[in-house]
Amino acid sequence: MSATATRESAPRELTFAQAVREALAEEMRRDPRVFIIGEDVAEAGTPFKVLSGLAAEFGTGRVIDSPISEAGITGIAVGAAMTGMRPVVDIMFGDFLTLAMDQIVNQAAKIHYMSGGKLKVPMVVRTTLGATRRSAAQHSQSLHAWVSHIPGLKVALPATPYDAKGLLKSAIRDDNPVVFFEDKMMYQLKGPVPEGEYTIPFGVADVKRLGTDISIVATSSMVQVALAAAERLAPMGIEAEVVDVRTTVPLDKDTLIASVKKTGRALVLDEGYRRYGVTAEIASLLVDEAFYHLDAPVKRLGAMDVPVPFSPVLEDRTVPTPEIVVETAKNLCGRS
Amino acid sequence: MAHRKTKSRTAKSSGPARDERWLRFYRQMLTIRLFEEEVNRLYQSGKMPGLAHLYSGQEAVAVGVCEALRRDDYITSTHRGHGHCLAKGASLERMFAELLGKAPGYCSGKGGSMHIADAETGNLGANAIVGGSAGIATGAALSAKMTGSGRVAVCFFGEGALGQGLLYECMNMASLWKLPVVYVCENNLYNEYTRFQETTAGEIAARPAAFAVPCEAVDGQDVIAVHRTSQRLVERARAGEGPAFMLCNTYRFYGHHVGDVDRGYYRSREEEQRWREGRDPIKLLAARLLGSRLADGRLLDQIEDEVRRQIAGGVDFAFAAPYPDPSEVERHVYA
Ligand SMILES: Cc1ncc(C[n+]2csc(CCOP(=O)(O)OP(=O)(O)O)c2C)c(N)n1
Repeated sequence: MSATATRESAPRELTFAQAVREALAEEMRRDPRVFIIGEDVAEAGTPFKVLSGLAAEFGTGRVIDSPISEAGITGIAVGAAMTGMRPVVDIMFGDFLTLAMDQIVNQAAKIHYMSGGKLKVPMVVRTTLGATRRSAAQHSQSLHAWVSHIPGLKVALPATPYDAKGLLKSAIRDDNPVVFFEDKMMYQLKGPVPEGEYTIPFGVADVKRLGTDISIVATSSMVQVALAAAERLAPMGIEAEVVDVRTTVPLDKDTLIASVKKTGRALVLDEGYRRYGVTAEIASLLVDEAFYHLDAPVKRLGAMDVPVPFSPVLEDRTVPTPEIVVETAKNLCGRS
Repeated sequence: MAHRKTKSRTAKSSGPARDERWLRFYRQMLTIRLFEEEVNRLYQSGKMPGLAHLYSGQEAVAVGVCEALRRDDYITSTHRGHGHCLAKGASLERMFAELLGKAPGYCSGKGGSMHIADAETGNLGANAIVGGSAGIATGAALSAKMTGSGRVAVCFFGEGALGQGLLYECMNMASLWKLPVVYVCENNLYNEYTRFQETTAGEIAARPAAFAVPCEAVDGQDVIAVHRTSQRLVERARAGEGPAFMLCNTYRFYGHHVGDVDRGYYRSREEEQRWREGRDPIKLLAARLLGSRLADGRLLDQIEDEVRRQIAGGVDFAFAAPYPDPSEVERHVYA
């Protein structure tokens, strides 16, 4: 359920990357406290070119090229956020979150609580997730479950350009540390983004496709996979409802539960490692809250529990595909 | 057949005659250069998956340093690692196979360009995390010291890694414990798309100095200078006198990676031309060999022909090689 009314107002199409850039530009124009810091963010506009043009508009004093110092820039952002600024840290690949993890987990996430609510850390860590770029094991991971695990952090996983823009604007305005994941494979994905200003609140899932037979609850790029699978399931007489989680923290339990109560079946789909992951959390929630409505066990699909291999023939096996989703959904619905 | 290092050699004068060694340096540098030209072609023609970061222009560093090492000495490398791996003795066949994601590749197709490792030649791995191997190299030096193996570890990294705290934590311990490790910083002037002056404060040499780690700066385009300096620092480490830092001033001829072709916004064509024409380490050594009559044009041509044949053989091998069996995806997660 989209939380805004402006969705239909203009048929303009943007890429995911453009939507992210527009959100940043609008927020920087609106609020002089917002600044960007990261490696090769200024003239280069990041290796994915997501930030192209921002340095030209806002100057290198607000779009700051940093050394290759993930821990350092994240720590600096924590301090700047605590003292009145609203930093957006660019961590080029989600894999490099590991280098900044102390600052995110032990500093940013803890300070508001530890200070008895006296201090706050309004910062955003923008980073990427996703495999299938042949980038191998140190540039392909989807580590959002890691940060979703930590109280004190909020976590967003947009699946469309529209959501990316609205959620990023909310993230920047949030008074808490937010980790914002963008799938590298989706940067060129196009979708409608209205001209006007809008935000999407955290903790509101979005039903991307209505259905009656099974709920596919998905995150980030897996929402696109779920939609593709749903199209293939329809001619088989299976109408899948696709529910986009949008933010894992806070999690919109009500929308998820309502969907499953309606369809009676659930498949949870996420690109993080399967074990101990986001899918386990959501599946457990659905079993707890909708047990008597379920006609079949809740199934989960995620990345294989292996480091992502380089060779295309191997890498493609590690991530859920529409084919696997279709197969699993058919089984859940008692077809084969 | 790919060119391989056949013998382990100490850096002492017991090695082959000087001119023979210099020809070897020439051949090694040329192998790296032509290997990478082939990689660039494979990538441009869409035959290579993923990305590659070319080392062209920096060959004198890998060769000068690795020629001062024993076969059982350790190295760690970076995302720009082809040169280090080849200089340490990797075979062309298995390098190409890895780059194409094939089963006989060094990592069974699992690592790709940025992660080539070869235990047999002491290569503990290229590493796609900037600065990520500082711990590995320093730990290898610790184990060499603990076991009395007499081995030395060399940690190759770009100047961008100077931004990472891990490096300083490790240098501190290496100095305290007199570990046999040489930190080789290749300053090619750019971290990705940013000039290093914008990311690196103060004097680079002052950083190791703060940990009482001796630092020597060297012209990274001069393979003989690199070699002599590394020989000294490696032998010093081997003798138990502790770590050292070598600062090699160099340049990468291509972009940050094979796809980085529009680079006018961060560096000029003129600058690239200047380095390619006046500071190419292979041309510089060739001129020296010819000038001192250690080789004639015919001999250099002959070496080039041989290297080209070896490269072609390596590529053929890789194309003919099978992809890994799909079941490989779940193998090697645990030892
Ligand atoms: C920890 C980490 N941060 C960022 C990156 C992305 N990245 C890859 S190479 C590179 C620049 C490295 O520059 P330098 O160390 O000077 O090596 P060079 O590319 O010049 O050989 C960056 C920022 C990375 N791989 N690892």
